[in-house]
Amino acid sequence: MKKRTGVVRRTTKARVVTPRRRNPVRTDAAAPPLVTRKEITVQVNGVAQTAEVEVRMTLVDFIRERLGLTGTHVGCEHGVCGACTILLDGAPVRSCLMFAVQAAGQEIMTVEALGTPDRLHPIQEAFRDHHGLQCGFCTPGFLMTTLAFLRERPSPTADEIRVALAGHLCRCTVYQGIVEAVSDAAARLRAGTPTPAPRARGGARE
Amino acid sequence: MKPAPFQYAAPESVEETVALLHAHGTEGKLLAGGQSLVPLLNMRLARPSVIIDLNRVRTLDYIREENGEIAIGAMTRQRTAERSPVVTRRLPLLADALPLVGHLQIRTRGTVGGNIAHADPSAELPAVLAALEGSVVVRGPGGTRRVAAHAFFVSYLTTALGPDELLLEVRFPAHEHQGSAFLEVARRHGDYALVGVGAVVTMAGNVCQRARLAFTGVGPVPVRIPDAEAVVTGKMVTDGVLAELGKLVTHMIDPTGDIHASAEYRKEVAGVLARRAIRAAAERARMKQMRMR
Amino acid sequence: MTTQYFGQRIKRNEDPRLLTGGGTFVDDVTLPDLLHAAVLRSPHAHARVRRVDTAGAEALPGVVAVYTHGDLPPSLQEPLPRLIPHPALVHHKTQYALARDKVRHVGEPVAFVVAASRYVAEDALDLIEVEYDPLPAVVTLEQAVRPGAPLVHEDAGTNVCAHYTQRVGNVDEALARAAHVFTERFVIDRGTAAPMECRGVVAQWDPRLRQLVVWDSTQAPIPIRNGLARLLGLAQGGVRVIAPDIGGGFGPKIMMFYPEEVLVPYAAMQLSRPVKWIEDRRENFAAMNHEREQIHDAAIAVDRDGRILAVRTAFLYDSGAYIPYGLTVPIVASTTLPGPYKIPNYHCEFRAVFTNKTIVSPYRGAGRPHGVFVMERLMDRVAAELGIDRVELRRRNLIQPHEFPYDVGLIYQDNAPLIYDSGNYPATLEAALQKISYEHWPQERARYRAQHRHVGLGVACYVEGSGIGPYEGCRVTVEPSGKVYAATSVGTQGQGHFTSFAQIIADALTVRVEDVIVITGDSGAFGWGTGTFASRAAVVAGSAAHLAAQAVREKTLLVAATKLEARPDDLVLEHGRVSVRGAPGKSMTLAEVAVAANPLRGTIPKEWEQPGLEASRYFAPPRGTFPNGVHAAIVEVDIETGMLKILRYVVVHDCGRVINPMILDGQIRGGVAQGLGGTFYEKLVYDESGQLLTQTFMDYLLPTTMEVPEIEVDHLETPSPLNPLGVKGAGEAGVIPVPALMAQALDDALSELGIRITEMPLSPNRLLEMIREARAQAPSPHPGPLPQGEG
Repeated sequence: MKKRTGVVRRTTKARVVTPRRRNPVRTDAAAPPLVTRKEITVQVNGVAQTAEVEVRMTLVDFIRERLGLTGTHVGCEHGVCGACTILLDGAPVRSCLMFAVQAAGQEIMTVEALGTPDRLHPIQEAFRDHHGLQCGFCTPGFLMTTLAFLRERPSPTADEIRVALAGHLCRCTVYQGIVEAVSDAAARLRAGTPTPAPRARGGARE
Repeated sequence: MKPAPFQYAAPESVEETVALLHAHGTEGKLLAGGQSLVPLLNMRLARPSVIIDLNRVRTLDYIREENGEIAIGAMTRQRTAERSPVVTRRLPLLADALPLVGHLQIRTRGTVGGNIAHADPSAELPAVLAALEGSVVVRGPGGTRRVAAHAFFVSYLTTALGPDELLLEVRFPAHEHQGSAFLEVARRHGDYALVGVGAVVTMAGNVCQRARLAFTGVGPVPVRIPDAEAVVTGKMVTDGVLAELGKLVTHMIDPTGDIHASAEYRKEVAGVLARRAIRAAAERARMKQMRMR
Repeated sequence: MTTQYFGQRIKRNEDPRLLTGGGTFVDDVTLPDLLHAAVLRSPHAHARVRRVDTAGAEALPGVVAVYTHGDLPPSLQEPLPRLIPHPALVHHKTQYALARDKVRHVGEPVAFVVAASRYVAEDALDLIEVEYDPLPAVVTLEQAVRPGAPLVHEDAGTNVCAHYTQRVGNVDEALARAAHVFTERFVIDRGTAAPMECRGVVAQWDPRLRQLVVWDSTQAPIPIRNGLARLLGLAQGGVRVIAPDIGGGFGPKIMMFYPEEVLVPYAAMQLSRPVKWIEDRRENFAAMNHEREQIHDAAIAVDRDGRILAVRTAFLYDSGAYIPYGLTVPIVASTTLPGPYKIPNYHCEFRAVFTNKTIVSPYRGAGRPHGVFVMERLMDRVAAELGIDRVELRRRNLIQPHEFPYDVGLIYQDNAPLIYDSGNYPATLEAALQKISYEHWPQERARYRAQHRHVGLGVACYVEGSGIGPYEGCRVTVEPSGKVYAATSVGTQGQGHFTSFAQIIADALTVRVEDVIVITGDSGAFGWGTGTFASRAAVVAGSAAHLAAQAVREKTLLVAATKLEARPDDLVLEHGRVSVRGAPGKSMTLAEVAVAANPLRGTIPKEWEQPGLEASRYFAPPRGTFPNGVHAAIVEVDIETGMLKILRYVVVHDCGRVINPMILDGQIRGGVAQGLGGTFYEKLVYDESGQLLTQTFMDYLLPTTMEVPEIEVDHLETPSPLNPLGVKGAGEAGVIPVPALMAQALDDALSELGIRITEMPLSPNRLLEMIREARAQAPSPHPGPLPQGEG
């Protein structure tokens, strides 16, 4: 959620204005059925995962609880902290602000696919070298945004990095280390530092 | 913080959506990017019994140039619009405002139509639409209709959309020959603005022929102040004129306060931003004129 | 010579795991048959609970159990344990695990649901009917101490739960004879730690082993274990509490017991199924302890030259609805206040006050920012009133290097005398001034003013109590693999203990840092300890690790001497290998010594004392050790919008010997950022009925990459004589002087308007309000440059 100022004042939109109708047209399309559960197939870290989910299950709960990929963390469940950021078809999104059912047919990448403890991805290596993490809780989210961001902007300035990462909260507040790490990671990637192939790690049940 | 149970459908066409709205309109809620709705669902502050997910309606994702307007399909992601060369070239005010909408991850998912239909008066895009005097195209069981910005935004989080109507596209008048600026004061980068303003000016030499200002965060809808716009119109943009503009804006708006800023703060800063935005917009217009010569 | 790891920028051992999603945070613990819990919380600040009807919730499919106060066993129907008693704390009220007949703050637990999923558990919360009789709420401190105020605890007969005074010298006399006396009221409002990981508890009961395992996001696993054993009627050995990876603590996770910390284990035992409860963010705002709210009425007396004769403060401390953690925060505030200055006469007294708000317990800084704010603001007032340069005034009053140990004359939070062990305060100050180019500031300032820019500079000094007792321990073991395992019970929340302790141990045993595997926060691995608080882990547990490693080193030489048929004195331990001096062929690896130390047959010599290369050692410091520092910053204010920009921020810090500069800088910078949050962004807002209005990250504003500037950090190293490593604590240093510093810098930036900051936190709204008021008195938007030399 966008960080809004002011408390949430109203819950749902009241619809008070009745529109004037012009050009009456009949709609013939049938309304699709309403469901409360649905079977979905999602590509997660390169592995097709099929599961039946309750439609209200958030994507992050699906990733963590159903797939056992606990590297993606839940920090606020209202879209501000960025801890649950994953890549959806390559772009960073808050997985607490999507329902699992919405990801059907799409590709998800989580931190588990990035590198291994023995062979860190250059971004992870740079975070380690520049002390870009303390408790490590927010870190996977930062890494996923960084991965997408550097693909788009391989040579960012420090200011651009700060803007790109402003949607992530780090309470240990190693922002300075993170900005340095991202800058360094960009240099490493430009220099062609070999990156581990994304790991096919679809989850505990693969 | 888990959503209450709901029933769900993901239509794949506008027609299916309209049929769903017709069947479930009052108890249903349209889900676009979900960046404002899902938090409310997670907190159980919104508990619609039916969610109609628009994300599979692919036909609503487009950016088209039509008759001096740019039509943006309702389900176009904000990030897509932000990266569109057409938006950058022909809608500089929108291009200014889009990076201020939340953060990268929000805009990846958030849609242009969702932001407009949510009608949060603190949001940037409604103010952009109001400043540009744009419009929206709406589809209901009775067909499509076009609604001007000033008629669309009715009150806080409330639009002219009927319960069985769907926002199809948002139409922004192109303004590449005018000067524009979007300025806001937010507690932090990416926050909803305490106060924001979109300004568009048409300059003839040093004289402002036309000025439009739309404010965020100072009323139940994006706020236009014709009297304030009139202060600048037909005049050179001097410090004196701008000071008068600022005073009038401060005097005329009637915001409410919240935990982040009082009404007084918003009044005062709206005046400051109006001044700064008109100055910046006029400056840009002059630069464009110089380039055209 | 073997590499010395102590003092080096060593990459962290824990990072590869944390960077690849391999951390184990409480929410990552998953078990077969796991149930999920949710807590029904009071929507009222103050109300009688007439009736709780759980029938609807119990009938919901998927719900396994619903508990209210009456459903709990007798030991859990009592108020939860009192943590730190104090003679002055006459009404040591603690909360119930579930409210009995009254709720005293929004967010207080009323019922506890266990269900098949968190989704269903929350559905069930909606179905519990509670009948409340709302009572008038006491929300502000001043309201709470007014005669006739509603009482948070009727049986106490007052909202004041403690009144405590400490004195040095004779303040009244000094105030009477001083050349100048200045008085001021200082107000600091509420904030919260907001760790990125909310609290969480998972519990599993094995009825056959009679073993309870609890994963808890606590900073104090051992006291939790001990308390749980007592409350649940189990042996301490039958309870294992694991504080796994913790996603930030910052103080409130040291609190014990939070209701959920007993409810989850109880439910797991009662249901014989594992139960998980994960606090969500909205709960965290209302149910995890807060801090910071204090109102000080202070006075300072100085002679004509600005030498301090006396300081006095009387303050109100908001404890919230209960005071389980005792008087730590106000005692720390009043004993931090004197700072690096010689104050011959000092009087501090406080009243701790109940209000109908969330409980207060230490949050990073824990009263220190308050003390420093009051003292530094008083110094700034003196400087302004007497026309003395603010830095010169400080120089005149600093404790000098030859005066250590320096007895302040007070009793500190550890009940030991407040004696500064070591330091060089003038050198710290001068280093900071040089770093920020203070001597050029008057010209710089004039240049900014000529551009109509409102830029100001601040300099703030502080001394910080850290590294207090009672003790911590560590067991170091060399396994036959050659790997070194070290277990200590202090939990870790990101401070890098897996690395800094490993550095200490690696030096003693001459192994690589990555070959030392540190285990923290697991009562099953090490069962003695008190917890991670008061910037003490490196000092106390670090020293214990050092002692244990030294003991293992001696044991290694002893065992190797037997095997290599040499005298221990003739042995050299280098690169993890013991060799005989002058006989390079005769040597053994640590792994070989470890095998030899634990023979399957034969005998072990008496002087080995015990088998194996293993030793446990404890370190119990006589009293705390005192780091100090000076921060300086340059800030710019947009006086038309009240927005603030930090142009430079520098820190010079002295926490004794530095174990790992990279980790230390991270601690300092993180603290500064939290301090900036508490200065300009973060504020918990309650309305007049005691409703918490800031319960999301949209309303409680944590600083981001855009708000936190680059922070330049330098260190001096004045070793502490109180521990074998010479170290002092560093976890809280960053946050402490920030409000004082920013206030001074803002005063400077807005000096033409005559603004004096006496409250925290601020906001653009509040700054503009002050500017508006000041202008109404002196309506001149752009006054000319300041007279020279005022900087």
